[in-house]
Amino acid sequence: MLPDLRSSIALASPELFLAIAAMVLLMIGVSVGRKATLLVTSLAIVALAVAAVWVAGFSHDGAAFGGMFVMDSFARFAKVLALAGSAATLLMGYNFIRAARFDTIEFPVLIVLCTLGMMVMISAGDMLALYMGLELQSLAIYVLAASNRDSLRSTEAGLKYFVLGALSSGMLLYGISLVYGYTGNTSFAAIAQALAADQRQLGLVFGLVFVLAGLAFKISAVPFHMWTPDVYEGAPTPVTAFMAAAPKMAAIALTVRVTMDAFEPIAADWRQIVIFISIASMALGSFAAIGQRNIKRLMAYSSIGHMGFVLVGLAANSQEGVRGVALYMLIYLVMTLGTFAFIMSMRRTTGHVENTDELSGLASTNPVMATVMTLLMFSLAGIPPLAGFWAKWYVFLAAINAQLYTLAVIGVLTSVVGAYYYLRVIKIMWFDEPVGGFLPMSGELRAVLGFSGAFILLYIVFGGPIGRVASAAAASFF
Amino acid sequence: MEAFLTTYVVPAVLVLLQSVLLLVVLLVLIAYLLYADRKVWAAVQLRRGPNVVGPWGLLQSFADLLKFVVKEPVIPAGANKGIFLLAPLVAAVLALSAWAVIPVSDGWAVANINVGILYVFAIASLEVYGVIMAGWASNSKYPFLGALRSAAQMVSYEVSIGFVIITVLLCVGSLNLTDIVLAQENGIGTRLGLPNTLLDWHWLPLFPMFVVFFISALAETNRPPFDLVEAESELVAGHMIEYSSTPFLLFFLGEYVAIVLMCALTTILFLGGWLPPFNFAPFTWVPGVIWFVLKVCLVFFMIAMVKAFVPRYRYDQLMRLGWKVFLPLSLVMVVVTAFFLKLTGMVG
Amino acid sequence: MLPTKGGEAHSGTVMLNGLPAVFFYLFAFVAIASAFMVIAARNPVHSVLFLILTFFNAAGLFLLTGAEFLAMILLVVYVGAVAVLFLFVVMMLDVDFAELKSGALQYAPIGALVGIILVGELIVVLGGYAFSPRLAATTGQPTPPLAERANTAALGDVLYTHYLFAFQLAGMVLLVAMIGAIVLTLRHKANVRRQDINQQVARVPETAIEIRKVRTGEGV
Repeated sequence: MLPDLRSSIALASPELFLAIAAMVLLMIGVSVGRKATLLVTSLAIVALAVAAVWVAGFSHDGAAFGGMFVMDSFARFAKVLALAGSAATLLMGYNFIRAARFDTIEFPVLIVLCTLGMMVMISAGDMLALYMGLELQSLAIYVLAASNRDSLRSTEAGLKYFVLGALSSGMLLYGISLVYGYTGNTSFAAIAQALAADQRQLGLVFGLVFVLAGLAFKISAVPFHMWTPDVYEGAPTPVTAFMAAAPKMAAIALTVRVTMDAFEPIAADWRQIVIFISIASMALGSFAAIGQRNIKRLMAYSSIGHMGFVLVGLAANSQEGVRGVALYMLIYLVMTLGTFAFIMSMRRTTGHVENTDELSGLASTNPVMATVMTLLMFSLAGIPPLAGFWAKWYVFLAAINAQLYTLAVIGVLTSVVGAYYYLRVIKIMWFDEPVGGFLPMSGELRAVLGFSGAFILLYIVFGGPIGRVASAAAASFF
Repeated sequence: MEAFLTTYVVPAVLVLLQSVLLLVVLLVLIAYLLYADRKVWAAVQLRRGPNVVGPWGLLQSFADLLKFVVKEPVIPAGANKGIFLLAPLVAAVLALSAWAVIPVSDGWAVANINVGILYVFAIASLEVYGVIMAGWASNSKYPFLGALRSAAQMVSYEVSIGFVIITVLLCVGSLNLTDIVLAQENGIGTRLGLPNTLLDWHWLPLFPMFVVFFISALAETNRPPFDLVEAESELVAGHMIEYSSTPFLLFFLGEYVAIVLMCALTTILFLGGWLPPFNFAPFTWVPGVIWFVLKVCLVFFMIAMVKAFVPRYRYDQLMRLGWKVFLPLSLVMVVVTAFFLKLTGMVG
Repeated sequence: MLPTKGGEAHSGTVMLNGLPAVFFYLFAFVAIASAFMVIAARNPVHSVLFLILTFFNAAGLFLLTGAEFLAMILLVVYVGAVAVLFLFVVMMLDVDFAELKSGALQYAPIGALVGIILVGELIVVLGGYAFSPRLAATTGQPTPPLAERANTAALGDVLYTHYLFAFQLAGMVLLVAMIGAIVLTLRHKANVRRQDINQQVARVPETAIEIRKVRTGEGV
């Protein structure tokens, strides 16, 4: 009856470590003041790295706190990604926030707390843990989005995200309450049990729809994507990079877990919903991005489209599909971080620029940067043999093997359309008149961009071992 | 019909009689505590205090009462009439209603409810409404400032009062006020092998909390040195400026009832309620209710002395004391007490 | 999760009669009426006061079901603290609410449409709603009978033992909310003189005063 506290704490020790680290960092920051930002940021990166090593190497499978917290190979895979993504954004962001003069000590602390929320989401085995993790993560992002409080656009982005996020939380909770009312339980395992034993109920399907709608908002899938372009554009670039990378990944992992664990017995119902959102996201992501001139808005639509592709893998509802999702998330994370490292380097003496026209002729003024960006754009578009191609390959293959031919065909068609706007960026860089180069990149951005470029280029070489890890991760559901 | 009588009418009448008895005793007690308050204040300032009405001025409070009742109530033209008149009623009724659960002796409570302490705490936290409503409804600047001050002040000090109460509850393990008193029969003194004495009461092991509670009670009831709500040198009379006659009387009454309530609460939480200070003759001959009243009077005397001695706090100092001193202190004490009780095995 | 008297909820519908019924209808009626007044009142301060009345009656309803702890906490937290801050803010706001509301009327058709759709959906959901036949067996944390466990203790079991993880996480969420509020609003103004008690206490005559010989008629 009572959860065994000692073993529970042992299982959740990386999360506990991160929570304590965040509070210690906060104490250090508060007592030293604003000049401690660099110290707190460095320590936060160290804490995230320690937690990542801890999760990857020293954690074992099991359930804790009466099933609220689940640790398995899928959780391990997703958590390492989340921690790495957060650490990379912190690394990239420090100089930016210092230049923009909002380098408060709370910035890294909030990122650590947000990462804690993601880890709880990834490990959620209960609707309550799901909701608390999601809320912890979202609340931190609302604040981060508004953190440049002297900028009207940043404040607007934070407020917009907050209001819509609160609405989506409401939907999620309403769905959870319907499911709870039906099954009398919030634990995923118990819900699955009740669903497997009984006839399908209409009220329960409503609950499922609301839960998925709430989650779709968090991964910004159509039709719950409206906030994405504005918030991506308005939020400070490091925060946009952060939002686009790790939290998205965590929300996808959470969606996978909810559908695969709790709603497995009514897979036919949720697959319809997922297929619909997937098609809508892929289509909107491809077509709406065409007219965008602001590169952050462009990335917003790109991320909406990519979420659509990821959901193709989920719709397959097979081990192969989940493996595709896991690999897609990994590759998407690396590509996004690389692209944002590039965007943060779009800097002239007059300040940061965000318009795609500013990239004009970059190939002649800064060939290395332009080359890596070209690689990233090709990869995002899904051109073989880069990593982005393989990501799409896995999910489409899973869809075909699950007899979802229409979905796979629509996916391929939309990625062809989507390729247009990625190629347009490349065209601007290589064939337009130069408008003057950017300032030299800082070391950490160079490192992230370089790593990202190398990863997508060489993925074909070491894709095998990564694929095996992802297969093991996917196996935890089947 | 008979069943109806015995199940509804008889208990209702009984409760009514008990309440009336309690109220009469309470109001007479308050009349004299008010007199005592003025006498103490006067004595500290080397004055005589009230000494005209009745022998040694003993009837002064009743004379005041009469005066307030027969005067003409003035309602400002710009005031929001309904709320303006509702405010003093809220203040007085809330303060009086808290007394329903106060056990003045073993089993002597009008309502001996399970969550008595929470009830009193809830009522105490509602008393701010009288002030806020009065301040807003008066439609004038000083009362409004008083209302704003009061809202922030009371919410701030409730937090530390809450933590103090939690500390006591940790030691008792019940939210019932009678249980809280009975839990003080045994304590540090009996553990040392002494008979049941005042050393067993909570004030000794929880001394820091006793101090925090006493000071927070002053702030919660807007007593000096925390009477910023009506600080006469800044706000003339705060929320009470526009009030006269019976409405003013109700405010005044509510304020003193609330103060005595806080004294009673201090008595119950820390000073062993109706328990005699030494559990042997001749102390046990005195009925519990007398001990209770004596202890309430003792606490009231301390409150009266504070008013006479201590200069008024500045508003930022008040906030600093509440949030930066009392809150951390009481929070630490909750944790320390919990660990102590757990590690020594005094609770499960 | 509400404790009910004698665990009657488990055995089906509970009939109220006698005095509890009278109080139930009293609390329920006043709660609904004052909840309506919250949105109908012209003056925002009146709205908040009606909201407080609604809270009071909700607390009364909690008491009737035997959930005395929840009733008192509702009073302490919502009425004693949250509503005070509401009132504080509403009194400070210098907004003409009548004017705001007049503009709202033109959106009424859209609002009504959304409302009707939502009501329709709710009817569909509730009409077709059923509880799992095995609900009694799967219920996560059934309420223990009042005779076995007082409801304060029962709530404690649920919060601090079974849902410890969620409870601690809620603490982290509140921490983020607090950090957020501070990050977004606190501005350290320059040229504000602050009282530093430590500094005041640490002052000694050597640092605080300077003794000068002043010649007569020359000043400092």
